[in-house]
This record gives sequence, C-alpha cells and structure tokens, in this order.
Amino acid sequence: MSALRPKHLEQEYSLYMDGVSVSFDGFKALNNLSLYIKPGEMRAIIGPNGAGKTTMMDVITGKTKPDNGTVLFNNTTDLTQFDEAAVANIGVGRKFQKPSVIESLTVFENLELSQKGGRGIWQALFHSLSTQQEQKIADTLELIALSDKRDELAANLSHGQKQWLEIGMLISQEPELLLIDEPAAGMTDEETMKTAELFKKLAKQHSLVVVEHDMDFIAALDCKVTVLHEGSVLAEGSLESVQNNQQVIEVYLGR
Amino acid sequence: MKLFKTLLLCTFALGNVFTAHANDGECQKHLQSYNQSIESNTNYQSDFNELVCRLVDASYQEKETLINSIVASENNKALLIIESLKSADLFYNKKNGDVVTRKKLENGKYQATSILSNEVLGEFKKRTLRKVGINNNLRRTINGLVAELQISSNDVSLRESAAAELLKSAEISALPLLEKALIKEENEKIKEILLTARALIYLQSDDQLARIEAIKFLDGSLYTETRNGLHAFLNRAKQENNGYAKVEVQLAQKTLDDINELMKLNGVLENVYFGVALGAVLLLAAIGLAITFGVMGVINMAHGEMIMLGAYTTFVIQQLMPNNIGLSLVVAVPAAFLVSGLVGVLIERSVIRHLYGRPLETLLATFGISLVLQQAVRSIFGPLNQDVQTPDWMAGTFTVNAGLELTFNRLYIIIFSLLVLAALAVVLKKTLFGLQMRAVTMNRPMASSMGIKTGWVDALTFGLGSGIAGIAGVALSQLTNVGPNLGQQYIIDSFMVVVFGGVGNLWGTLVGAMSLGIANKIFEPMAGAVLAKIIVLVAIILFIQKRPRGLFALKGRSVED
Amino acid sequence: MTISQTQSPKLGPLATLLVGDKGGQRLLMAIIAVAIIFPFCNLVFSPDSIFHVSTYTLTLTGKYLCYALLALSVDLIWGYCGILSLGHGAFFALGGYAMGMYLMRQIGDRGVYGNPDLPDFMVFLNWGELPWYWFGFDQFWFSMLMVLLVPGTLAFVFGWLAFRSRVTGVYLSIITQALTYALMLAFFRNDMGFGGNNGLTDFKDILGFDLQSSGTRNVLFFASALALALGYLISRFITTSKLGRVLVSIRDAESRTRFLGYRVEHYKLFVFVASAMMAGVAGALYVPQVGIINPGEFTPINSIEIIIWVAVGGRGSLFGAVIGAVAVNYAKTYFTGAFAELWLFMLGGLFVLTTLYLPKGIVGWVKHIQEGDGKAAQWLALLSHKISNISFNKGA
Repeated sequence: MSALRPKHLEQEYSLYMDGVSVSFDGFKALNNLSLYIKPGEMRAIIGPNGAGKTTMMDVITGKTKPDNGTVLFNNTTDLTQFDEAAVANIGVGRKFQKPSVIESLTVFENLELSQKGGRGIWQALFHSLSTQQEQKIADTLELIALSDKRDELAANLSHGQKQWLEIGMLISQEPELLLIDEPAAGMTDEETMKTAELFKKLAKQHSLVVVEHDMDFIAALDCKVTVLHEGSVLAEGSLESVQNNQQVIEVYLGR
Repeated sequence: MKLFKTLLLCTFALGNVFTAHANDGECQKHLQSYNQSIESNTNYQSDFNELVCRLVDASYQEKETLINSIVASENNKALLIIESLKSADLFYNKKNGDVVTRKKLENGKYQATSILSNEVLGEFKKRTLRKVGINNNLRRTINGLVAELQISSNDVSLRESAAAELLKSAEISALPLLEKALIKEENEKIKEILLTARALIYLQSDDQLARIEAIKFLDGSLYTETRNGLHAFLNRAKQENNGYAKVEVQLAQKTLDDINELMKLNGVLENVYFGVALGAVLLLAAIGLAITFGVMGVINMAHGEMIMLGAYTTFVIQQLMPNNIGLSLVVAVPAAFLVSGLVGVLIERSVIRHLYGRPLETLLATFGISLVLQQAVRSIFGPLNQDVQTPDWMAGTFTVNAGLELTFNRLYIIIFSLLVLAALAVVLKKTLFGLQMRAVTMNRPMASSMGIKTGWVDALTFGLGSGIAGIAGVALSQLTNVGPNLGQQYIIDSFMVVVFGGVGNLWGTLVGAMSLGIANKIFEPMAGAVLAKIIVLVAIILFIQKRPRGLFALKGRSVED
Repeated sequence: MTISQTQSPKLGPLATLLVGDKGGQRLLMAIIAVAIIFPFCNLVFSPDSIFHVSTYTLTLTGKYLCYALLALSVDLIWGYCGILSLGHGAFFALGGYAMGMYLMRQIGDRGVYGNPDLPDFMVFLNWGELPWYWFGFDQFWFSMLMVLLVPGTLAFVFGWLAFRSRVTGVYLSIITQALTYALMLAFFRNDMGFGGNNGLTDFKDILGFDLQSSGTRNVLFFASALALALGYLISRFITTSKLGRVLVSIRDAESRTRFLGYRVEHYKLFVFVASAMMAGVAGALYVPQVGIINPGEFTPINSIEIIIWVAVGGRGSLFGAVIGAVAVNYAKTYFTGAFAELWLFMLGGLFVLTTLYLPKGIVGWVKHIQEGDGKAAQWLALLSHKISNISFNKGA
C-alpha cells in the first residue's frame, strides 16, 4: 500500500491494481499485473484462455489472495484484506462466466436476495419487503425484460434470460464497481446489442470491467480495451489500436 | 482290542525269556544284568539303567549319589529323568519296580510309560504306581545339576534358556559353573548372557574392584535382570553401611539411568513399529478408498464391506484347502481381489454410474449397499466371527536387542502394504488402463471423444479400488476377527486417512496412514487405546479446519469450482 | 415470499406461515388429532374396547413423534441448506443424556445403593462425589436449558470451525461422522461419568410424577406432539423467511451467495445450531419414553438412518421429513418384529432405491403424479383398483 507511486495519487481510481502476482503450484496465473479503472469508466478485457482473466476477478473479489501487489478500491480500501462477502458489501459486484442464478428460487426471489442491504442473519430472518423495495424489483424486472417471468423458477429460464437475470441481480446489488465475465455468451445478436446498450447506460453511474471474447460486442461497448496475456497486460488502448498491435496478433494467431 | 494288545505284549515278553520270566519287570532285568556286568564291567547302558532303577528304593542320601552318577553318565535321558524327579512326575511300579511316568486316563486309571524305553506298559490302578520320593535338599541338588547339564548341552536353545536361568537367579554358588560354561561357550548371544550373569554375581561381591568392573560391564545392558540387579545394589548401598564407595554408587546410578534411557528409546521404537504396522493396515484399508474417492469423486461407504468380503474369501479358501494354510493365504490374495473387485464393478454398473456428480447421493446409496452386504454375509455365514488361521511363517518374533522383540506378522503386513501401494502406483503410472483412468478423471468428454470407453474405465477403476480393499481384507483376516462387522471398524479410519492425506494422491494416503497409525500408538501408552483414538479423531477434525483439502491438497482453480 | 406480504395483514402470523402449505396444514391437523385422540383413547376406553389405544402403542407413537422432530431438524440443514450432517444422532443423544442426567438425579436415594447424591453406577465405580458437570441437573429448568445448550454449543463450536474454513460437501459429512464416532467412543468410557456402556437407565419419575404411570406417559406423548408441531412451525418460519431463501441459495450456489454479499458461514452456523437444538429436544423427549439412553445412540449408523428417513419422505419438504420418519420407523418396527433378517436388506434397498429413483422422496413422487400428464395417476388408479379387487376376492 505504501508503495503507491505519486503520479497515481493525483487521480482517483475506482479500481487500482498494481504489480499483482498469483501463482498456483509454480504456475504464474497473474504476473505483475497492473490495471487502473477510473470512476464511471467502462473497460473491456480480452485475452486468450489462461491469460488470467478469471484469476484477476478472483483477486479483486477476495476469492484468491495475491502473492504480492496492491489492490485498492476507491483509492483507500485494500481489497486483499477482505473475503468475498465483504468485498461484495463494499460495493464490488461480480457476474460469472457460467450464468449463476439460484435455480430453485423464482426470478423475483433471486432479485430480492440480491437487493442491497439486509445481509445479517436476524435481518434476513425477520425481513419483509417495503413497497419501495418491491417497486425497485419491479423496475429491475422491467429493465431486464423478465416482468412476465416474475414468479417463474430461475431454472426454467433460457440461457440468455439467465444471463439477463444475473445482470439484474448485479444491478440490484447497487455496486460501484461491476465485474462482468462473458455476458454475451449464449445470447442472440439482438440480445447482445441490447446488453451493450444497457452497459453503456450503467457506465454513467458505475465503473465496469467486462471480460468478453465477442469482438462485435466489444466494438459495441466502444470503450478502452486491455489485452491480457500470461497473467500480465500485453496491450491497452482503443479496440482498433489493439487489433493492429503486432504482439496481440501474434498471441492470438501466431504460435 | 484289549485282548489283541495283551497278546502282543505276551509275544514281546516271550521273546525276552532267555534272561527273565515273562512277568518280570524291566528293572528286575536291568538289576540282573547289572549283576552280570559288574564282573565284565562293559555294559555302560545297562549301568545307567540300573542307576535309574535303584532310585526307587534308595534313601535320600543314596539318591543324591545316584543322581550325581546319573548326570555324570552324560546319558541323553539323564536330564529328563532328574527333571521329572524334581517335579514329582516320576513313579515306579510297586510290583516290579519299573520306573515310569504316568498319564491319567478317562476311566480313572493311569497309563504308565517306561522312562527308559518310552514303551507304554499298560494301564494301572493309582495305587500300583508310587511316586519316587524327593525332598528340598534333593531339589536344590537337581537345580544345580540341571543347570549344569543344560549349559553343557549341545542344543543351543537349551543352553540359552539355561543361561537365562542363571541370569535370573544370579547366585554366587553358580559362579564356578558359569566360569566353566564361559570357557566352552562360542555362541555370542549366550556368552553375552553368561557374562551379564557373572557381572550381576560380582555386583554382590565384597570386592570393590570386582563390583566396579561389574558395573562398568553392565553399562548399556538391556536385560530386565540388569536393572533389577542395579536397583538391588543401590538399595543395599542406601540401607546398609557396608562400605560401598560413593564412586561406585554414583557409577551404578548413572549406568542405571543410561539403561533406563535406552529402555525408553526401545519403548519409543516399539511404539513406532506398532504405529507403522497400524499405519500399514490403515494404508491397505484406505488405498482403495483413495482411488474411488480421490480419482472418481465417489464416496463409497460400502468400502468397508469390500474389505470384509476379502476377509471372508480368505476364510472360504482356507476351508477349501485346510492342509495348506500357508498356501491358502497366497491364493487368497488374488481371489479376494477378484471377488471384491467383481462386486465393486457390479455396484458401479448397477448403482453408482447413475449418481456421478452427486457425491452425497452416492454416499447414501453405497451405505445402503453396505447394509445389504453385511446382512448377506450374516445370512450366509452366520453372525459369529469366523476362525481364520495364521500360517506358521507369520508367527514368531525377531529380536532387535535384549529389550526389544518385534513380531513377524506385523512386519509382513508392513511389507505387504508397501508392495500393494507400489503395485498400484505402477498400474496408475505405467499401464494403458492407468493412463485412460487419469484421462477420464481429468477430462471426461475429451477422453470419451478420443475413443476411451469412459463407462468401462469407471467400472474398472471402481473395481480396482474395491479389489484392493479385498486384498486389505486378506491382511486383516490375519490380525483381527473376521465377522460381518469387520468393515465398519475400518471405514471411518480409512476416511480419516484419505481426508487427512489429501485426495487424489497416493503419497498423501501413505503419509496420512502412517501419521495416523503412529500418532495412535504414541498416544496409546499415555492415554489408553480409546482416548488415543478420540484424540486422533479430534485432531483430524481440527486439522481439516486448517487444511480443508488435506495434507497434499491439489491447489488451483480447477479444484475449487 | 410473495404470499407473506400480500396476505399478512388479514391473518395472524401463525396462519401466515401455513398459507399455501397444504401439506403442512394437514400435517399439523394430523398431529393435533393424534395428540388428543391417542391419550383420550388410552385413558377413557377400557383395554378390551376396540377404541382403546394401548400404552405400548402410545409409547411407540411417541417415539415416532420424536424421530419426526429429529428428521425435521436434519431436513432443515440438509434439505434446505445442503449440509449433509452424519452426526445428528450425536445431538439427539446429547439432548437425551441431558434429560437422562436429570432423571438420574430424580432417583435420589431410591437406587440400589441408596446413595442420595450419586447415581448407582458412580457408587459402583467407587466415586466419592458427583463430578462437577453433574451439578445443576437436579433442577428441571437447568436440565432443560442444557438440553438446548449442550447440543447447541457443540454445534456452534464445530460449525464455527468447519464452516469458517469452508469445509463442505462430503468432507463435512465425513468429519461429522468422525465427530459422532469420537463421542460414541468417549461415552463408552466409564471414566466419562455417564454410565459407560450401560448408559443411564432405571429412571423413576419426572417432576415428581411416576414415569410408569399412564398419566405421565400421556403427558409425555402430548408434549412430543406439541414439540413436533412447534418444531414444524419454527422450521416453516425459518424456511419461508428471506433467511430460508438464503439457505436455499447456499445449497444451490454457495459461492454465488457469497458474491452477493451474504456471509455463508454465519447462515450455515445459525441453521446448524438451530437444527442441533431441535435434535436435542427430540432426544430429551425420547429418553423418558423409552426409559434408557446409552452410547449406542451415538453409533454412526443411527445418524445415517435419519438421513434416509428424510430422503424417503422428501428432502426440502418439511412435512415430507415427518412422513418419512414415521413411515420408515413404522416399517422398521413391523419388519424387525416379523422378519428380522429381512430388515437390513430392506433398509439397504431403501437407501439405494430412494437415491436412484425417488430423489425427491414420497412427497416429490406424489407431486409428480399430481402434476404429471395423468398417465401415472391413471396407472396408479388402475393398480390400486386391481389390488383392491384382489383383496376383495381374498375376502370372499
């Protein structure tokens, strides 16, 4: 933490990762990774399999402790000191690669659970929804186009609908920083574009980190792109500049 | 039958009539021939026989002379005769003076056997056979003579026990005998015992130099008698004012302390040996589980019953070849592997394959199977324990030093378990089946698309795990009772080994089994067997909190999802 | 749940719990009916009347009620939170021991050795005085507190350690089994001061009432029914609350729940402790009715049997657990009496068949038939028709 370099102190970062390394049994999943996300920024992350994308998210959300390096949230909170639940409550939301909704609960209940606040046991035991909260859930249902599936079990949704529900759950959490892993997988082109629109709208109040393979989707996001390779940043910049970067081309096409 | 016997006896007697009447006893013959041989002085054998026969009506004083002469004759029967006399097992026929030993028969009569010819002389009433009298004085004489006879015997084991006897008594009176024996003795071990005995005798002497020499010699000697002797010495030094020098008392104390240290080390070694043996048993029981649990992710609660089936297979094979217990055990190993392995394949094909990816359901279903198997065995063989025999080569002990003797059967189990582990490692690493098995474990769809019949690999893997449990059953049949509940005693321990050692790693299983075994045996003398077990269980429960995936856990992303 | 917020103003909180829970309503009615009718028939009708319920049947049914409460406690953690505890028999037994210790102290100087303070087995072992952990058990209130606190504390300590370090799935099952096994070994020891392998027995009375009298037995029976009904309502309250939905999401997607910001270990710990206390109450009611508690209750098999009651009834369904417990135990009583050899085959078969073919138990099966396309229902109707025909023919 004390290793903060002065030039970074001048600006406020929503997410500040500096020199983060993680290794599993000798394999370096992250190698001196640095990533800086400004408040309200949307950032797309691409990279081949095994580049360290998921491990990076694990480190941010407290699932994996880094061997060394700094992970700061809003410039002050050291995320490596917290576990998943605490990181989530601090204001970092995460959507998984595999759509991960609670299948034996209804769509409504899924959103109710993810709604901000009331994480304590006694609060949960004696919880009852206020009209305001109910209205919020209805709004979210509207946003993710699942109003008519309100009382449907999440298990019965299509793959794309599950993706949307999970995005809805993420929004209900009201996080400041959203980590989103392959949101477009399993969506139709139309749904993909709608998702991109939604993210752009979200980016006004939130910081977003989106991991994605679908280049059309990334193009639609129209944001800065970071390329990860072998656990560290290979290139950073606009989609166009990254796509023309010789190293990136080698990594994706060469070998 | 009886008539026939009498006839036989008559013809035998008739053949001997040239020197005596048909109903004359053996001894009467010997005494007659003695009279003849006095003149010729040639028949040594009959001389010996005559000495024995004369025991019958000799006075105690005469008996002492006779006993000495018997021993001096160096006849190989001498020892038997004087020992029988000492233990009041020597009788004589009141009617003809035959010297015999007797055995009580069911009809209340006694069967007499001639001590000289080993010939059964027939049945007699109790009154007819009289005891050859003995008193304490004679007993003492005999004691000395027996020791002397034994110590000069050609039989090594006899000499050894005689030496041990001398060591135990350590009487000053035995010193001349000891010195005599020491000159002749060539066996190192017996020599050591004799030297220790001599030192213990010197320890009681009035000569300070001799005592100090003795104490110096006793340094590091692990016989119980040494410690007793040193204790006695120290006590004497404390109680009486008999001029023991401070130096020698200190020396004795230090020697005793050193010996006690060594004994403690011995105790630790013994516990470690027991622990390793227990670890070997746990290893055998747990390796199969490590495969089904570690490689396949299947919780097999019927694993204990696979062990039980192996033990019952051993029992059945022994019933089939009752005259070849040693061989039956060798046959039982592959047989048990096949029986348990086939049952395992059957279970996998019929139940478990429907439950992959649902470990808790597998646990319940296999528990049900374990109940069925237990009851099946109970119905077929009965609820009682079966008697499985141990071949001779499994019995016996080997001596590490005077204070430490280890049993062979444990050693065999240890070696056997390591062999099984090694064989399994080879199967997994070097064979095609092992390769396919690992492939299926790592990436099922990929393996399947490469043409590996994943279903069969699953079945065979489960069969392999179960078969090894069967082999464990063979080993366990040699150590514990074989009953329908045999498996249940080991299932929890086996799970503990796998959980402690870590899943999917044979080394983990080995280390886990050995640590649990040794920990159990180390705690046992301190806390008792049950409490030791509880301590170990609680320790594992706590350990799991620290390392939820065991000692040799696989790390990384794939494991956590 | 949506129901609770739309209808709660009109109905009382109790009724709110049972809205939409037809099975639960029926179950509670059945429990209340049994709780009243059985003692009534036992006390009012003479033994030769056909309406008479024998004291044997009463006690047996009382036992089933305790088992049902135990099954409920297991369903709460396994059915709703996915924690397969193979150690719940231990919590049941601990509750039973706490009650047994009270009953032992009640014997007073009427024991064989006539010692006013020490139970017979301690006199027999030449113990000079009561061990400290027996103090207070002469007081009913204290003992009842211990019935809750002893299993609760053990569950808390064990759960705190295990859940905090994220021991899950089969690992947790195995170490819960090790726990009950260790407790069994411990309670078998005479030095523990709980009567060794004989356990605690030869009870005389409870709160001054003779345990052998039919009045006391009826009261105990009624108390068991009441406890079961209460247990059901508490479980229902927990599972229909938001906390219940958190439990379900832990069961289905533990790490997802964590990323939603819920402290999974706290929730698990809460429900584990609550469940252990319920199991303890079941044990405490069980002991005075059967008249003995011994270390055999700790055997790992007992704990696994509870699981099969729940599995047969239908896990994740509270009344399913109750139905399963009663059904399996009724079958056990019947078959161990009639064909003792067959019982283990049947129990074993039940384990296998339930997991293979009835993953949601009887309740799930019935639901499936009701919701199915009618084929299964038709088939079942046909089958029952045939069976009734056969039995009619037999009768004729």
